[in-house]
Amino acid sequence: MPPWLQLMTDSLPTLLWAALVFTIPLTLLSFTLGLALGLVTAIARLFGARPVVAVARFYVWVIRGTPLLVQLFVIFYGLPSIGILLDAFPAALIGFTLNVGAYTSEIIRAVIASVPRGQWEAAYSIGMSWSQAMRRTILPQATRVAVPPLSNTFISLVKDTSLAAAITVPELFQTAQRIVATTYEPLILYIEAALIYLALSSVLSALQVRLERRFSRYGGFLEART
Amino acid sequence: MIELRHIEKRFGDHVVLHDINLRLSEGTVTALVGPSGGGKSTLLRCINLLEIPTSGAIRLGEEALDFAPDRKVGWAEIQKLRRQTGMVFQNFQLFPHQTAIANVMEGLVTVLKWPADKARARAMELLEKVGMAHKADAWPATLSGGQQQRVAIARALAPSPRVLLCDEPTSALDPELSEEVVEVLSRLAREGTTMIMATHDLRLASRVADGVVFLDGGVIVEQGPPKTIFTAPERERTRRFVASLGAQHGH
Repeated sequence: MPPWLQLMTDSLPTLLWAALVFTIPLTLLSFTLGLALGLVTAIARLFGARPVVAVARFYVWVIRGTPLLVQLFVIFYGLPSIGILLDAFPAALIGFTLNVGAYTSEIIRAVIASVPRGQWEAAYSIGMSWSQAMRRTILPQATRVAVPPLSNTFISLVKDTSLAAAITVPELFQTAQRIVATTYEPLILYIEAALIYLALSSVLSALQVRLERRFSRYGGFLEART
Repeated sequence: MIELRHIEKRFGDHVVLHDINLRLSEGTVTALVGPSGGGKSTLLRCINLLEIPTSGAIRLGEEALDFAPDRKVGWAEIQKLRRQTGMVFQNFQLFPHQTAIANVMEGLVTVLKWPADKARARAMELLEKVGMAHKADAWPATLSGGQQQRVAIARALAPSPRVLLCDEPTSALDPELSEEVVEVLSRLAREGTTMIMATHDLRLASRVADGVVFLDGGVIVEQGPPKTIFTAPERERTRRFVASLGAQHGH
């Protein structure tokens, strides 16, 4: 076995473990929480009273307008100055959740607005309340349109979790860095880390294809070709 | 009894309906006819409160509601009145993510909290009535316009509304497809379904309606039995409109 392959094989379990314990949970948790936050924010912007709309807009403005890395530093290194001390993982989780929430709120807002007004009226005409119409009629249709853009966010997120390395979360990328510090083989280790990220996002892409297929059964006439 | 008293609807300064008064007995079919922008769709949408009248009063059976410009109508009041009605839309508006039968069951299960099997039985009965039982499990996108509209009629009838409101039910359909919808509506009329329909379709109005209301400029110009309105209207305005319809349909 060539030495580079030997090194890759030896370090693989450590890297996979870091992915399993940190990268994947961080991604799944912050995406789920972020999606919920995005839904609330989108509904606030579409249907909220004026002050509620203002708060939602301010949140999206700040998060989208500042670098994710800087946000993570503010949360992890900055907040202790005012007495808020967070462990690295929760700090990263908060940062990523806020980020996902801001970006997905724009997606969710657009897809909710894309459902024709006649669908609301049809739902109301059979006696549904606003929340019933939202849950039973509007969101299912909006979800279908949202799958591709939300998949974008999801896949970006997997890769962005590598930024958590900078606030001491021992996730995949940081683990690769630590191995490099002892082996002095940056090319091999970083390519290996990149390949693991690629594998993770490939799983998500496959998931996207399956979801799209499931939704297209009720008459998608323009499906992605595979 | 369905009663509209002094219904007025404004959008800003624009008066769309002005002092509309109508009394309709249950079991009758009323056609609202008139030029586009004459107020027939708005009037229909005022009856199930998709539009809230600016002022006036509506009574549907036991449920009654008064409107005034400075009075905000509560959601519970809207629901009470709206549940007396079912609506059929020009563009069908079936729920595309649900099969035909799921569309018909939706109001029963989600709103009236019926158990699924009871709702399914009722939905199947209605699909049979509109001749769509063989397509119960089809997705709306795979149905023709006429078939979609028939499913939409079944959906509107599912919660047994006191009155069925039809907003241009045949306008989006070619003559052949609209025939199958007219067919279904006239059968419902014979069975005593109370209906109010806004329509341009002379065939539909003359075959199904017991009474015709001619609306123009947001006011009721003339009303009477279809024969009178379509062959011997009193008002010049009605006469001109009916003549234009006749020309359009080749009568």
